[in-house]
Amino acid sequence: MKEYQLSHLKTLEAEAIHIIREVAAEFRNPVMLYSIGKDSSVMVRLAEKAFYPGKVPFPLMHIDSKWKFREMIEFRDAYAKKYHWNLIVEYNKEAYEAGVGPFTHGSRVHTDLMKTQALLMALRKHKFDAAFGGARRDEEKSRAKERIFSFRNQFQQWDPKNQRPELWDIYNTRIHEGESIRVFPLSNWTELDVWQYIRQEHIPIVPLYFAKERPVVEVNGNLIMVDDDRMPEELRRRAEMRKVRFRTLGCYPLTGAVESEADTIEKIIEEMMTTTRSERTTRVIDFDQEGSMEQKKREGYF
Amino acid sequence: MARNIEEFLAQDERKDLLRFLTAGSVDDGKSTLIGRLLFDSKKLYEDQLDALERDSKRCGNAGDHIDYALLCDGLKAEREQGITIDVAYRYFATNRRKFIIADTPGHEQYTRNMITGGSTANLAVILVDARTGVITQTRRHSYLVSLLGIRHIVLAVNKMDLVDYSEERFREIVGEYKAWIEEQHMDVPDLQCIPLSALEGDNVVERSARMPWYDGPSLLHHLETVPIDRDINLHDFRFPVQYVLRPDADFRGYSGKIASGIVRPGDPVVAIPSGRTSRIARIVTYDGDLKEAFAPQSVTLTLEDEIDLSRGEMLVHPDALPHVGHRFRTMMVWMDEHPLDRAKAFYLKHTTHTARAHVEKIHHRVEINVGEAVEADGMKLNEIALVSLVVDEPLIFDSYRKNRQTGAFILIDPVTNFTSAVGMIVAPEAESDSVSELESGRIVVDLSGSDIGPEHDEAIAAFCRMLWEKAGIDIKCVRK
Repeated sequence: MKEYQLSHLKTLEAEAIHIIREVAAEFRNPVMLYSIGKDSSVMVRLAEKAFYPGKVPFPLMHIDSKWKFREMIEFRDAYAKKYHWNLIVEYNKEAYEAGVGPFTHGSRVHTDLMKTQALLMALRKHKFDAAFGGARRDEEKSRAKERIFSFRNQFQQWDPKNQRPELWDIYNTRIHEGESIRVFPLSNWTELDVWQYIRQEHIPIVPLYFAKERPVVEVNGNLIMVDDDRMPEELRRRAEMRKVRFRTLGCYPLTGAVESEADTIEKIIEEMMTTTRSERTTRVIDFDQEGSMEQKKREGYF
Repeated sequence: MARNIEEFLAQDERKDLLRFLTAGSVDDGKSTLIGRLLFDSKKLYEDQLDALERDSKRCGNAGDHIDYALLCDGLKAEREQGITIDVAYRYFATNRRKFIIADTPGHEQYTRNMITGGSTANLAVILVDARTGVITQTRRHSYLVSLLGIRHIVLAVNKMDLVDYSEERFREIVGEYKAWIEEQHMDVPDLQCIPLSALEGDNVVERSARMPWYDGPSLLHHLETVPIDRDINLHDFRFPVQYVLRPDADFRGYSGKIASGIVRPGDPVVAIPSGRTSRIARIVTYDGDLKEAFAPQSVTLTLEDEIDLSRGEMLVHPDALPHVGHRFRTMMVWMDEHPLDRAKAFYLKHTTHTARAHVEKIHHRVEINVGEAVEADGMKLNEIALVSLVVDEPLIFDSYRKNRQTGAFILIDPVTNFTSAVGMIVAPEAESDSVSELESGRIVVDLSGSDIGPEHDEAIAAFCRMLWEKAGIDIKCVRK
């Protein structure tokens, strides 16, 4: 490589920092959605880099579905404190009090009420006009076509057929009252890029990503971890200890574990390079219906 | 084991990134080619393949073969139509490079998507069907690629299996294409023509034994090795201020992405448009101060003197000043369903600056199917025209040819907020009689009325080539 040629990671980093600064400069009230996952952790680090030596000028927001792994919540609270993040936590209070959950209501109802609706309510409540998400285009087919600055109408809906043209690095940030933009600074990153970056930058991530003996039970071909006693008794009874890790993190009843020996980042990358399963397969929600992610995105899901 | 992965990671960290565009007509097999690249470079995960086999049974149309195209056609509506309708981005890597593919559709009504997909590309793969050869769409795609300033073109002659891997047919198509490029005075610094079969895998990843007469690289090998480090303008330092960072009274930094050039502490700089001068004090990043930074790095600069500088203004080197002005001539592509309303004052976003602008004059429209300039008094979706724009506050710019970052802009409708048009600046408004500018931004000088004899034409042409290579100045001398 020649002297004045950035490596791919440095190129992606420069692009993401530029995107994050552009939002801070052009929007009145932006927010960074923080899911506690590895991509979010990378995105938060990029925001810290973008405004160094200053502080990140917008809050982070976590939409708590109330069914996240306990370790995720512990991690969130520990790092928010350690790095003095301005962290907002929101949840769908009404649905929570009505007892909505994946075991009783199924994954579709749970995801809609506790994730999609909870997010929309929170965005409305705080009147955010731009929201960063950590989604990558290589994750899923409908995401491959989404812009980096993705317009949402006043009902927070995405229209895949009527996206604004997006050229060079000139982003159209203009919106009317009530409309908003979802911004994806990691659009062009691959899963491997994210892991490489975590390794290179020593970014802390939730320990659930690393293999460890954990109590799991097999449900419809997925290994579901017993994280609390809200899991029905008849499932819990079948639980056994297996050495597993998680490739993505979400609601524990909807996130399958994979059996693995990978307990370091290097081993995870090695496993990934030789593995035959791509990461979203362990998210149960994708199997609901054909084109289900596109449907959810149209409805406002991230 | 661990040592291997360490080595892999160390090597992987040094890879650079090639962004490329694929363009072809509906049946050229473009999605199949991309599927094949992804598949053969072993980056396709097995479960994506499982899903594919499920989908293939339901709606595939490639007979007994796996329908690679289904890998690329994501959205439901598209599956119903059997064609891709928007830009889709794909990612893969080899031992040498990382790649981002912008997959764009080829049919007429979607020129805007191809323009969108190509704006950040280093290279374009233009597909033609070996049976039909160079068709109208091939010419349109090539024109757009050249308009976008993409320096590397691959003419991929696909479906060679359907013409019996005929060398003669390949040469015929290549000859026709090159003749057309010549005729159009199109600027293609680097052209590679490759005969291939995406469906059968010939010359996609490995050189094909079925075309022993072809001695060039396979497509993937070419993508892996084409040099792109000279594509970025490293001569003219341009730093559009994106964000002013003032965490406390002691620190005032200017954050932004270096649009072009190189910067070091101590360098003299001029703030445009104020004209105030200073020197770079520090190049600040989270990872420590840098001794040098270059495009396209995102950094924060501090200056030795306190000068007033805000977002939308630019720091440049005093030896390489940009144009500053209210009027310029530009190639513009109309991206909006609503045609141009000349009474409208659009928002013009250029680097980090937004101004109001209106179209003062439409010089001509380019009929890209035939490569001709035609008279026009309006612009509609997918039309391209040479226009003069006027902005309400001075723009700090270069020609797009010289600088892709500071020569590009978007035009936003003030009512709908849609991105209505995009532009590639040709020049500030100024010209003389014997000099004219083509739509491409190239300056054409007619020598027939001059004292210079035709025996000098070859030397002049060589000189023009030098001007282009060394200074990015694009002049062509002709005798009419």
